[in-house]
Amino acid sequence: MHHVTLDQWSRGASALHRRDPRVKIASVLVFLVVLATAHRELAWLGAALFAVLCVAAWLARLPLAGALARAGVVLPFTAVFAVASWLEGDPARGATLVMKSYLSALAVLLLVSTTPLPLLLRGFEMTGAPRFLLMVAQFLYRYLFVISEEAQHMRKAALARGATMGGLAGNRARFRAAAGALAVLFARSYARAGEIHRAMLARGFPGYFRPLTELHFHRGDVMFLVLGVFTPVALRLLIERVA
Amino acid sequence: MAPLILVRGLRFQYEDGTVALNGVDFRLEEGETVALLGANGSGKTTFALHLNGLLSGKGTVEICGLPVNPKNLVEVRRKIGLVFQDSESQLFMPTVLEDVAFGPLNHGLSPHQAVERAIAALEQVGMLAAAGKAPYHLSAGEKKRVAIAGILAVKPDILVLDEPTTFLDPPGQRALAQLLSALPQAKILITHDMPFARATCSRAAFFRHGVIVEEGSVEQLARRYEWDFVAPRPT
Repeated sequence: MHHVTLDQWSRGASALHRRDPRVKIASVLVFLVVLATAHRELAWLGAALFAVLCVAAWLARLPLAGALARAGVVLPFTAVFAVASWLEGDPARGATLVMKSYLSALAVLLLVSTTPLPLLLRGFEMTGAPRFLLMVAQFLYRYLFVISEEAQHMRKAALARGATMGGLAGNRARFRAAAGALAVLFARSYARAGEIHRAMLARGFPGYFRPLTELHFHRGDVMFLVLGVFTPVALRLLIERVA
Repeated sequence: MAPLILVRGLRFQYEDGTVALNGVDFRLEEGETVALLGANGSGKTTFALHLNGLLSGKGTVEICGLPVNPKNLVEVRRKIGLVFQDSESQLFMPTVLEDVAFGPLNHGLSPHQAVERAIAALEQVGMLAAAGKAPYHLSAGEKKRVAIAGILAVKPDILVLDEPTTFLDPPGQRALAQLLSALPQAKILITHDMPFARATCSRAAFFRHGVIVEEGSVEQLARRYEWDFVAPRPT
């Protein structure tokens, strides 16, 4: 599961992991704005920003190939629009869309992979994001684990009773069985989520998560903020001026 | 002296019409450890959920003199710690340490104090080495111990444990019995494990069809209701 891997990555101990989530959020936001509003020399700018993200992944001691592959999760969605643009006779627009969405996904993935979720949401909260939205995000994230565990239990139970997992799409009966299992998975996950919520209330859950780590700005955070904001802006200005 | 738990005429019906509690009267005094016995579906767990305010029926429930109502829920939940039957549902934070610190943080302790409490509780149940692990990497018995640590970290006045020996191997059961005996809090143990109940409980209450039909020693109730497992003779 992607979220399990990202959760493990986010608990690293690199200099990037230690930075205050607020400065990482600000840097990623600037990166996204610089990328989204760029219209000239996109190939060069894309290559330069890609290099910056690769260096960041290396500094964070993340497995580069794994990070690059996971960022590709957005490609099936943007590929649809890229194909539509290509069919309309504007292949450059399609390529730009793919490039921008991939780099955006990679930047966000780096943010998530270097910041444990409770801290990330705390960072968002302290930068003024609506608390309700953050709660929904946090619960969604927690219950992903619940669904994955339930799915694993059901898979084991099915295998123990002689089921095979291959070739679902090619066999109508198996496909129907899988659809039924999905419904059961939803029902079980819903019941489990209810139990978890009950356990949270029993332990005094006040309606929001209190983080175990307080956020404090350090000198390194200020330096990172300056670097994180300056680098993409400077790269864009430089590339556009040279062109 | 006022009892720690005082329940009078507690009735509860689930939405599907099942009557789970049908007039329960119960009292728990300081220092007592009481076993709740009875068949599956007799109302033991439903009763325990009322003590923590997770369910609300007709009748009165008082914890340490506080009526269990929405106004007192925070204080009530600080005074009574509930360990659920299924530990999987009780462990939801990314790491064991964060999970055990969840309760103390919610009850207003600073992060530093919450970590100290969590470490002490994990040490108490012999799980300190797992502090940095993800809960889903633990064995069933380890999850149970971490779930208990999560409750101990809040330092409640009363502990309620629902099927505490489930998933524990015999040495784990012995260790749990020793741990519970050493804890000063009053305890309610919902269990089908009669040797465990005999080893830990000074009194027992027997549930049937949503009421407590009899109270007495574990031994008395086990004999009267034939509540011990006896292997059938081979035919």
